[in-house]
Amino acid sequence: MKTKVKQEPFFTRMLGSDGAVSVLVVLLGFLVGTILVGVVGKNPLNMYKAIFQSLSGFNIDNGKMNVRYIGETLNYSVPFILCGFSMAFAARAGLFNIGGEGQYIMGLTVAQVIGLLGPTVPGLHWVVAIVGAMLIGALWGGLVGILKAKYEVSEVVSTIMLNYVALYLSRIICLQLPGATTYKTANYPDTALLSNRFFQTITNHSMLNNGFFLMLAAVVVYWFIMEKTNLGFGLRATGFNREAARCSGIPVVRSIAISMAIAGAFAGLAGGIVALGSFSYGRILAGMDNYGFNGIAVALVGNNTAIGTALAGFLFGMLKNAQALMQGKQIPKEITFIIQGLIVVFIALRSAIAIYLAWRNKRQLQKEVLAK
Amino acid sequence: MLVEHAIEMIGITKTFPGVVANDNVTLEVADREVHALLGENGAGKSTLMSILFGAYNADSGTIRIHGKEVDIKDPNVATDLGIGMVHQHFKLVHNYSVTENIVLGMEPKNRFGVLDIAQAEKRVAALSDTYGLSVDPSAMVEDITVGAQQRVEILKTLYRNANIIIFDEPTAVLTPQEIDELMEIIRRLKSEGKTIVLITHKLKEIKAVADRCTVLRRGKYIGTVDVPTVTEQHLAEMMVGRAVQFEIEKQPPTIGDVVLSIKNLSVADSSGHLKVKDLSVDVHQGEIVGIAGVDGNGQTELLYGLSGLSPVSGGTILLDGEDITHATIRRRIELGLGHIPEDRQKHGLVSDFTISENSVLKNYYIAPYSNKYGLLDHDRMDTDAEVLIEQFDIRAGRGAKTMAGSLSGGNQQKVIVAREIHLSPKVLLVAQPTRGLDVGAIEYIRQRIIAERDKGRAILLISFELDEIMNLCDRIATISKGSIVGIFGQHEVTEREIGLMMAGSKRSGGEV
Repeated sequence: MKTKVKQEPFFTRMLGSDGAVSVLVVLLGFLVGTILVGVVGKNPLNMYKAIFQSLSGFNIDNGKMNVRYIGETLNYSVPFILCGFSMAFAARAGLFNIGGEGQYIMGLTVAQVIGLLGPTVPGLHWVVAIVGAMLIGALWGGLVGILKAKYEVSEVVSTIMLNYVALYLSRIICLQLPGATTYKTANYPDTALLSNRFFQTITNHSMLNNGFFLMLAAVVVYWFIMEKTNLGFGLRATGFNREAARCSGIPVVRSIAISMAIAGAFAGLAGGIVALGSFSYGRILAGMDNYGFNGIAVALVGNNTAIGTALAGFLFGMLKNAQALMQGKQIPKEITFIIQGLIVVFIALRSAIAIYLAWRNKRQLQKEVLAK
Repeated sequence: MLVEHAIEMIGITKTFPGVVANDNVTLEVADREVHALLGENGAGKSTLMSILFGAYNADSGTIRIHGKEVDIKDPNVATDLGIGMVHQHFKLVHNYSVTENIVLGMEPKNRFGVLDIAQAEKRVAALSDTYGLSVDPSAMVEDITVGAQQRVEILKTLYRNANIIIFDEPTAVLTPQEIDELMEIIRRLKSEGKTIVLITHKLKEIKAVADRCTVLRRGKYIGTVDVPTVTEQHLAEMMVGRAVQFEIEKQPPTIGDVVLSIKNLSVADSSGHLKVKDLSVDVHQGEIVGIAGVDGNGQTELLYGLSGLSPVSGGTILLDGEDITHATIRRRIELGLGHIPEDRQKHGLVSDFTISENSVLKNYYIAPYSNKYGLLDHDRMDTDAEVLIEQFDIRAGRGAKTMAGSLSGGNQQKVIVAREIHLSPKVLLVAQPTRGLDVGAIEYIRQRIIAERDKGRAILLISFELDEIMNLCDRIATISKGSIVGIFGQHEVTEREIGLMMAGSKRSGGEV
């Protein structure tokens, strides 16, 4: 006997999938961005040429190929992805970590300190610096977690405050470093650098460095903790329904503190990689790098999943790398910020789509009932 | 003979996303009769009445009031048509007086436009005299009993000149004595010329007071019967669609040692008021001890204190000899304390988790679901969950991978019961295990609870359904204002006596 399974139409199934909606939202962002470029009287095609070049290294206008652009796009993606994980990891446990920026700054600061003052042992120096960056990030985030879990201090407020504490603390510390001027320190010894000769060779001397491997490892670690370990299970349960988690004996207070600490470690790692990978000297920060804040958008677009967040971070990295190329083609680089902003706004469409699906469902049912 | 109809609802259909709440339902209520609307939870009774009261609009169908076709767009239209509703959850302002609550929204004013409360009180007093609804018009609502609050709700409809009054599950919050009083009030209202619609799933009340009864099942109209000519058994079969067993079959208990010993326990609520005061009770292996009482007499706080959700302010809790008064929740679970919580959405399940994940919510971190490195064994979780789904007859579209949130209430409860029983606890705290479930699920869950008792578990059952307590429990403790008023064996006490104790008076002879 054959039973006929009713298949939902393709379109409805697409709208039901979070991943597909994210893609749709990104396309919408680009669509509106394209229209805006047209409205200000520029040729939108130039924008796509710049994006294509940052993605493939191929310059359509003069037919030249430069693989360096690919390396730069990947390198720019690294801190976006890691800061995305910082937001996403806390979000999975039900927390809103706006403190990615502060955790990133603290990681960057400690990496600079160890980079300049640490043991100049090849193969060890940068490892110590990176581990230090992750630890301080974990501490900076974990502090928020403990405040939240023990004293019910809103993590939104405390993380925002700690962002500023981090920025000025970083300036105080870095101004004491060897060779510090108003904006930079002395150069790092070679042992502190993350540079990778192999990458430099194949990408025509881009800044792509060992941080790329660390990011790939972070993707795996993020996925592994969330999906495969009982720590992740407890965190996810806490994130979905804190009361049910507590009632089931899950140590909710510890879960919150741990998730904020791990979130902070991701952002701290991002800071360490930027400090020792993209620069050959320590920076005295005058303002925020904004990777931490952009991480919020990255996690939103990526749906807090490992792969989704990595892809969204890559998208942001690509746009950042395309900025300079756009300016070369008379496209204002601010358009990339507008597109990023639009994508975040359109994410709100997710709930609109849910309402639409419920409405369609109801219409369908009404038809079936009334047809009888 | 032509019967004049107060209400005619013909061919009413109403859909919500994913559900047909009313499917071509017809309800005809004669003038000046008490008409019961019977059905299980989710049968569509409340939806139908909400349409009549203007809270929802029907997708199709016609409504006639006293023969005239009407379009009830919102509750104000319903009020103008003389339709009043006494809601299950009262809609009263607690720090207002009785009169102020009654006149709210249509306050009488004197010629200067100032609220004339004296005149209002006079009218309220007159109304309560006419219909035998004794309340003090100047008392604060927060100071009067639940039964009196309900009378205020009735007065509210009368004050608005209602001649059709809808009661939505009016006895859910009342003691047996208050229920008797309410039945008397309904008869009085009828004799004064009012038409009454009584929404309920309690057959006894229908037999006691209703003239006719319309039965709904799964959104469909099943039939209308004359109450005096049908049996309760027949009504139950119409409601459920098959023969129903009323009496719960169980063997006499084989009672063992005390495993849960509660001594002089005090627990405060979140605002610091002591809700459980000096409460003591022992539960033995192989028995079900029931806590009977009206909602809000400390049952919730007692459960919170026992399960560890709230800190305990005084007294001790011993679980199989071990002091767990201040133990963490996880420690209590590990020592063998099971808990089927009162609020299954809030405390029982993670609705964004699958059945498989929910079924290991309390022991995911130990073998066999985690190894010593903290890695989860998803396959093991799934295969064990499939066994539970099979054993407990959980209806889930996608097996162990079904999201808990997509299950019906009955199946969600089965997931919780399956998890708790699978942990084989020494003591099982059970709160409101059958609330909001259909008859099939209720029977099943009660059988499982008795089966656990027969395996030698100690069970503490808290329920606001007195029938459930009377039928299921081997010993019945009545709670009032946070203390146990009396403990009796199942057959040593009547429903009436428990009712009196629920209201706070002690019966001599019982051990306390």
